[in-house]
Amino acid sequence: MDWLFLDAAFTGGSRDECSAKAGGACWAVIGERLNLFTYGFYPVAERWRVNLSLVLLIFTLFPILFEKAPYRKYALHIAVAFPFVTAWLLVGGLGLTPVETDQFGGFMLTLVIGITGIGFSLPIGILLALGRQSKLPAIQIFSIGFIEFIRGVPLITLLFVASTMLNYFLPPGVTFDLLLRVLIMVTLFASAYMAEVIRGGLQAIPKGQFEAADSMGLHYWSAMRLIVLPQAIKISIPGIVNTFIGLYKDTTLVIIIGLLDPLGIGRASLADTRWTGLSTEVYLFVAIFFFISCFGMARYSQHLEKKLETDHKR
Amino acid sequence: MRATNFLVIIAVLFSFTVMADAGTLEDVKARGKLNCIVSSGLAGFASPDGKGGWQGFDVDFCRAVAAAVLGSGDKVNFVPSTNRTRFAQLNAGEGDILFRNTTETLSRDADLKLTFLPINYYDGQGFLIRRSLGVTSATQLAGASVCVQVGTTTELNLADYFRFNKMKYEHLNTGTNAESIIMYESRRCDVYTTDASALASTRAALKNPSEHMILPEIISKEPLGGAVRHGDDRWADIGKWVVNALIIAEEMGITQKNVKELAKKPGNNPGMNRFLGTEGSMGEMLGLDKKWAVNAISAVGNYGEIFERHLGPKTPLALERGLNASWKAGGLLYAAPIR
Repeated sequence: MDWLFLDAAFTGGSRDECSAKAGGACWAVIGERLNLFTYGFYPVAERWRVNLSLVLLIFTLFPILFEKAPYRKYALHIAVAFPFVTAWLLVGGLGLTPVETDQFGGFMLTLVIGITGIGFSLPIGILLALGRQSKLPAIQIFSIGFIEFIRGVPLITLLFVASTMLNYFLPPGVTFDLLLRVLIMVTLFASAYMAEVIRGGLQAIPKGQFEAADSMGLHYWSAMRLIVLPQAIKISIPGIVNTFIGLYKDTTLVIIIGLLDPLGIGRASLADTRWTGLSTEVYLFVAIFFFISCFGMARYSQHLEKKLETDHKR
Repeated sequence: MRATNFLVIIAVLFSFTVMADAGTLEDVKARGKLNCIVSSGLAGFASPDGKGGWQGFDVDFCRAVAAAVLGSGDKVNFVPSTNRTRFAQLNAGEGDILFRNTTETLSRDADLKLTFLPINYYDGQGFLIRRSLGVTSATQLAGASVCVQVGTTTELNLADYFRFNKMKYEHLNTGTNAESIIMYESRRCDVYTTDASALASTRAALKNPSEHMILPEIISKEPLGGAVRHGDDRWADIGKWVVNALIIAEEMGITQKNVKELAKKPGNNPGMNRFLGTEGSMGEMLGLDKKWAVNAISAVGNYGEIFERHLGPKTPLALERGLNASWKAGGLLYAAPIR
């Protein structure tokens, strides 16, 4: 505690200035680099776009997460529009100054990768899970092949393929944005895991429910949408959130392909001659950020489980 | 069905991004930015500053090349890389040029298909150790546990040195310099070995630098230089002569401050006139602007200025010029003439 707060220095221009003031932690390194940790190398003049995206994110998530939001009936429309609006805001073009994606970094990069992965892996995962149980052989084989292949390969390998190998396979001169490649790989990876989590949920639904849906004359998609999936997803919530949290933390792996997430920024900051040797402070700061995000997700999942609790207590 | 959709998306993306397959110089000019591969963090050589830019010795070489080719030292995208990924990134075209404290070796030149640029830093591998262990020479290191970064020439030299001296050792692999410092500070390893320049910065960053010493033995030659891909000689020439120009500028006393003034009109020194583009057509021969060298020097200064700014006695690294002094001052820097 003394080291953390009482005996710590919060301002200063270098490690030496810190240790001249106090014997404890040197938080000045975080203070000086907060912008770098948040925005990475995003151009200073354009950072309002990142901030606006964050506001939009909150505005979008609010009605999805909480029933009482006033504009909840538009939640789906907003959620569908959100990725396009945000992508336009962050990357630019069409009236905004273009910003290249290799300038993304820090918490913003974590959020971009994490939320894209989370947002797209759930629908793709549901389709894959249904595909795996499909009676049409082509769809079933595709789904099983895809899931087993992705699960059989470490994420770090997929990222490495995305970053370097892909260029060998493509015709020379063709380039393909690095961040986009990473987003696709991360999403596919999470989808495969998501599919298996949801398959677990699907298999827990008694056969009677499927038969009941059939007997009401519902066709396949209606039966799934109205009867089977709501129950299956409810059962799978802990597993789904588990996958989300895992994915979110896996975003730190992008450092091996040269994208600087908060951990990468932290490591790179330690190489600044003014701040070398402050590893404890930097790693602690990054750990706190991840803990807050992941703990938040876990708590929300528990809240959701309680809210959807319909079973009669035995 | 989704598979076909996916393929369609990829095809659309390609059609937007297909560019003419030209030389690296044309690619860089068309892009308007130089993609330069640097370290993701090495004290003095490359590290991000608090304002979203990059600083360091290697970073300034990137800026010099960008200034020579594109006219401004700010037209650079820095591509961070690790020891493991740097060559793959260069060969895959993620960067146009690599400045990442990289040792030139035969296997990297021939087998990894790199073309090395002139050496910009002469380094050698040393050992950092606690004084309290009572070791005064590397020959007494039998049985020690040694921290070493994977994927480096350092790792190979270490194995060679201990095998040659018939000593046993335990090696602890680390990914980065920062990781090694933590291992060393927490006494997971007795000795940390890497290039002497990095050891100096590491020692300076420890809590009580006086408790640690760098052993007198330098066990390897580590000539550090930039590199480009095989197969584009024109581009390799540009990299080579930009590095040479920075070294020559120091010999001629051309600095960031006086270069604009000197370049205004031809003087009475023909060699300097050729350098400054006021005489001859050196820039055109490289496929660059007449003022290529002037632009490079006004962006970052000459070799001596770059060294002073990032590594010299006034920085926390406090490195002496030593081997990296100009040949006129007893060092090894000796660049081929521009004529």
